Amino acid sequence: MVQALGHTTISFVRELGRLGWFLAYSFYMTFRRPGSPVYILKQIKFIGAKSLFVIFLTAAFTGMVLGLQGYYTLTKFGSEGMLGTAVALSLIRELGPVLTALMVTGRAGSAITAEIGIMRISEQIDAMETMALDPFKYLITPKLIAAMIALPLLCAIFDVVGIYGGWLVGVKLLGVNPGAYFYEMEKAVVWRDVSSGIAKSFSFGIIIAWIGCYKGYFAGHGAEGVSKATTESVVLTSVLVLVWDYFLTSVLL
Amino acid sequence: MISLSNVYKCFGTQTVLNGLDLEIPAGQITAIIGPSGEGKSVLIKHMIGLMQPDSGQIEVDGESIVGIRRSKLNQIREKFGMLFQNAALFDSMNVFENVAFPLQEKTKLSKDEISVRVLSALEDVGLKNVGHKFTDELSGGMKKRVGLARAVVLNPKIILFDEPTTGLDPIIKRAIHQLIKETHAKFGFTAVIVSHEIPEIFDIAQNVAMLYQGKILQFASADEIRSSTHPVVKQFISGSLDGPIQMI
Repeated sequence: MVQALGHTTISFVRELGRLGWFLAYSFYMTFRRPGSPVYILKQIKFIGAKSLFVIFLTAAFTGMVLGLQGYYTLTKFGSEGMLGTAVALSLIRELGPVLTALMVTGRAGSAITAEIGIMRISEQIDAMETMALDPFKYLITPKLIAAMIALPLLCAIFDVVGIYGGWLVGVKLLGVNPGAYFYEMEKAVVWRDVSSGIAKSFSFGIIIAWIGCYKGYFAGHGAEGVSKATTESVVLTSVLVLVWDYFLTSVLL
Repeated sequence: MISLSNVYKCFGTQTVLNGLDLEIPAGQITAIIGPSGEGKSVLIKHMIGLMQPDSGQIEVDGESIVGIRRSKLNQIREKFGMLFQNAALFDSMNVFENVAFPLQEKTKLSKDEISVRVLSALEDVGLKNVGHKFTDELSGGMKKRVGLARAVVLNPKIILFDEPTTGLDPIIKRAIHQLIKETHAKFGFTAVIVSHEIPEIFDIAQNVAMLYQGKILQFASADEIRSSTHPVVKQFISGSLDGPIQMI
């Protein structure tokens, strides 16, 4: 039992070390050899543009449910005029970055792991290495840079769509004063709220690309290895996003 | 020349390379034969630094590739080309792009010059008109030939072939062997071929190394190996079930 515990501990520490090395080397390569802009643009299209539909859908319904729940709560205090503020602050500070990250993890993070994992098991990464080419330049850094650019943009879109979702329910369905909805929001939301949301989504972009690429790069053998890596990637990224969100909120609040 | 001395490699409790010594002569074709699971692919991956030994020394043209920096290793790797067991073509690219990729990334050739080189390499392997096809549209033999074109397109000094004919029909096998022989005659590279194709491999290899229990049991010319009296080598070449190699 002691031996098993020791083995697990050593494996855990080794995995942490490898994760840390992977991130450090990815950043080193990002600054040293970021890869062709074509690769980066392709990844921005894949991670960003192709996630737009799911972001629109999630944002609209999140905003709408916030409108409903917020209205229900605020009417208890006779402050339904503050609905716009409640919806906007919830989205900009918290739900926008987190839900964007979770949706992109499910859509693009898993695909990143599967793509790199398949390249690993079919020896395409080895082939690149035998050509004296660094796979990080072609596979990892374009995805990292793309995720750092795409996530804040997607988050901004999420916030705007969500706010209009809240407006649709609050103003159009439940009769909140439209002027109050936007006026109170404009008064309450400050730049610090927006910048904290951007900072969060930027760091979530790093987490999604980091874990997605790492799990694919070190995928195990065969189809089972890739499937396991993809599941682990989604679970670990989602957990890390939520844990990191707590720490970041406590610093940025 | 590639030189391995006293190389050990273990995976868990299994020792795959057990104090292996081997010298691959420059400019010649050397085949590595041995029973399945003896570590032939592991050995070839050590030669190009895809795997690092637990201990021992590996040198390419007198330069060690053990425990060196990635940048230095990449400099040495520029001497190499490699044809993988499953060709390892990039599945997001078509045939032309696969062969052009190393030229685009490692040379300063113009688009037109790259195009000429790629078409010439594809013509050499008998695949001039398949440049537009994606890898999943190719047969196993065609994939191997594209892999060969990609491996030779930079005119490397050394080419490693990891089971280049496994899973192919006899005619394609012969065609691939012929192709290796012809490209070797044309470019004069050092070739290392991991193969199970006995006796066909003796027709193209000048030297043969028999890997058994993590060591090179015999290294000799193809003719000497063919007429070897060593019981293990003899049994392996004859494919007999009776002898010191117990597979089942």
